[in-house]
Amino acid sequence: MEMRLIEGKKAFTWKGFFLQWEWMLVAIFIGINLMNMNLSEYYWDYNSLRDATMSFLDKAFIVLPMVFIIILGDIDISVASIVALSSVIMADLYNMGVPMPLAMIICLAVGAVCGLINGLLVVKFKELSAVIVTLTTMIIYRGIAYIILKDQASGGFPDWFSFFGWGYVGGIPFILIVFTVFALLFGLLLHKTVFGRSVYAMGNNITAARFSGIQTDRVKVIVFMLAGLMAAVTAIFLTSRMGSTRPNIANSYELDVIAMVVLGGISTAGGKGRMIGAIIAIFLIGFLRHGLGLVNVKAQVLMIIIGLLLVFAVMIPKLKRNKAVNKGS
Amino acid sequence: MNESGLSKAVTAGEPPAAAKRSLSATIAKFRELGLLGFILILMLAVQLRNPSFLTLENLNDMATNTAILSILAVGMMLVIITRGIDLSIGATLALSGMIAALFVGQFPDLHPIVSILLGTAIGLVCGNVLGFLVSKMGILPIIATLGMMYVFRGLTYMASGGKWVSAHQMPASFKGIATGSFLGINYLILTAVLVYIVAYYFVGHTRTGRQIYAVGSNPDSAKISGINTDKILWLVYSIMGGLSGLAGVLWVSKFASAQGDTATGYELSVIAACVLGGVSIAGGVGKISGVLLGAILLGILNNALPLINVSPFWQTGIQGAIILVAVLINAIVKRGVDRNNLMRRKI
Repeated sequence: MEMRLIEGKKAFTWKGFFLQWEWMLVAIFIGINLMNMNLSEYYWDYNSLRDATMSFLDKAFIVLPMVFIIILGDIDISVASIVALSSVIMADLYNMGVPMPLAMIICLAVGAVCGLINGLLVVKFKELSAVIVTLTTMIIYRGIAYIILKDQASGGFPDWFSFFGWGYVGGIPFILIVFTVFALLFGLLLHKTVFGRSVYAMGNNITAARFSGIQTDRVKVIVFMLAGLMAAVTAIFLTSRMGSTRPNIANSYELDVIAMVVLGGISTAGGKGRMIGAIIAIFLIGFLRHGLGLVNVKAQVLMIIIGLLLVFAVMIPKLKRNKAVNKGS
Repeated sequence: MNESGLSKAVTAGEPPAAAKRSLSATIAKFRELGLLGFILILMLAVQLRNPSFLTLENLNDMATNTAILSILAVGMMLVIITRGIDLSIGATLALSGMIAALFVGQFPDLHPIVSILLGTAIGLVCGNVLGFLVSKMGILPIIATLGMMYVFRGLTYMASGGKWVSAHQMPASFKGIATGSFLGINYLILTAVLVYIVAYYFVGHTRTGRQIYAVGSNPDSAKISGINTDKILWLVYSIMGGLSGLAGVLWVSKFASAQGDTATGYELSVIAACVLGGVSIAGGVGKISGVLLGAILLGILNNALPLINVSPFWQTGIQGAIILVAVLINAIVKRGVDRNNLMRRKI
């Protein structure tokens, strides 16, 4: 029963500027880094931090389009299965004699087609929520990956392929460069284009958006397709890093990705949030994992920390609003 | 289906004059019958391929294997009816199963009923945390349950120190929960039947049960008509948690091993059973009989595909495809019903 107003441009105040969620994230990020520095003397090292980015950026590619999907008020839980399917198809084609560059292009195409199917199902069957549609396609895509590769691993890629996961360009990890480019592109697409504005409008009120002349179906299909495409990009980097692929690759990545997006301040109710928040959240979780990993904090404890972080992250703004409401009445 | 009272909320107020129904409306009326028919045809087809399918032994096996899924599906139905979803049940199941297993390892002489109560209690605590987050804090169910899924899963690993509790650490009485039987019927099946009888009475014939549907159909008007929506939300997540806890003990007892990654991703199978059974993710719609049939259909698919020599690697894909087809047919049928209702209103 909350009133939803389209927020106009507010007057700029320094207080308002610094009370944004993104600054909160920056504060947490700095706090985590300070904590990590105190925990381990090996943490604050350029080379180690640089290499740490290589290990957590693979799933970050999916975070970018997932921001769009969640701003739309939808969700896509099939992305991890798309990673598996496109990766498996790429490996299988290569081992059947298809040249690697072509196999990679097909991998991207497979991802885009999977996303397209998701998008079409979501817009053609509006009474099913995106949760249900992507839940079923998630099972199907993963199932096809199992049909293709059975229970085996497939690998033996050419040497140059490992460059994607392990290579450097001018001392900077290749994956970091590619991610920066994609992050800029998606950020511009969301904040500086008509397309991005329509995504926000649809997230706030899809009926109103449709009546104001936005081709809502087309926007939605494109967004889901982008998610499939970026899942395939993740597949390439992840496969390159692992050196081989299995049908159960990238298991439960979707939950990590959604956690990052939500932590980034993007509301699952739709219509709210910014790209920069999600990008900070990626590095926040990544560095938290890396730092605590250095001092042998168990992965299980990390899971608990991330889970609590996620719940508290969405709880704090609510608490603040409840307080304001109480004051008002 | 003698419980059409449940669907009255949706189909109430039908004028007797509406004799002209579209085909899909008729199908919708007998939705469970349709699902039942599909199940029977599937069973017949499997039986033709492999005569050992419809033997008492195999049916008993199948029911035992489906019992846990069907218990969880009841709780998930209640959650989905209130427009929610619970992604944490796999983790809750693992946590309560693990703690129950560790407990019986320490005190092997206690009656197994104690471990069942302990597991259920732990599940209830987990469910109450979720209920609090969803109802009082207003956090979206998918986020709250996703976050707590990580927490519960992490706690499971911490409780066991990353180790497994395996069969030889469990007393025979504990393993007997899943293997023992009463009048030739396995305890798991009996538990599931009991859960279904209670749930059938609860959702159809108690005030609170009906209020769950009211909250799911329209939260705002439910609130205005004096229903404590927060309490209802809290309640459904607690029930879900309690059932997950119970299922956790049954699971560990059945497989005689408790691991950190027990039942990972199982929540999706449970949601699939609900969706197959006609529970609408938009809230307010769902029947106990439908959910039972949905769980049975998944159980048959799990049991029958290996029996007719379908390669295990094809099973996931086939299951996914069947779920997708069922969901799409459901959507198309519902469209026909809505169109029919509109036409009737015109008269």
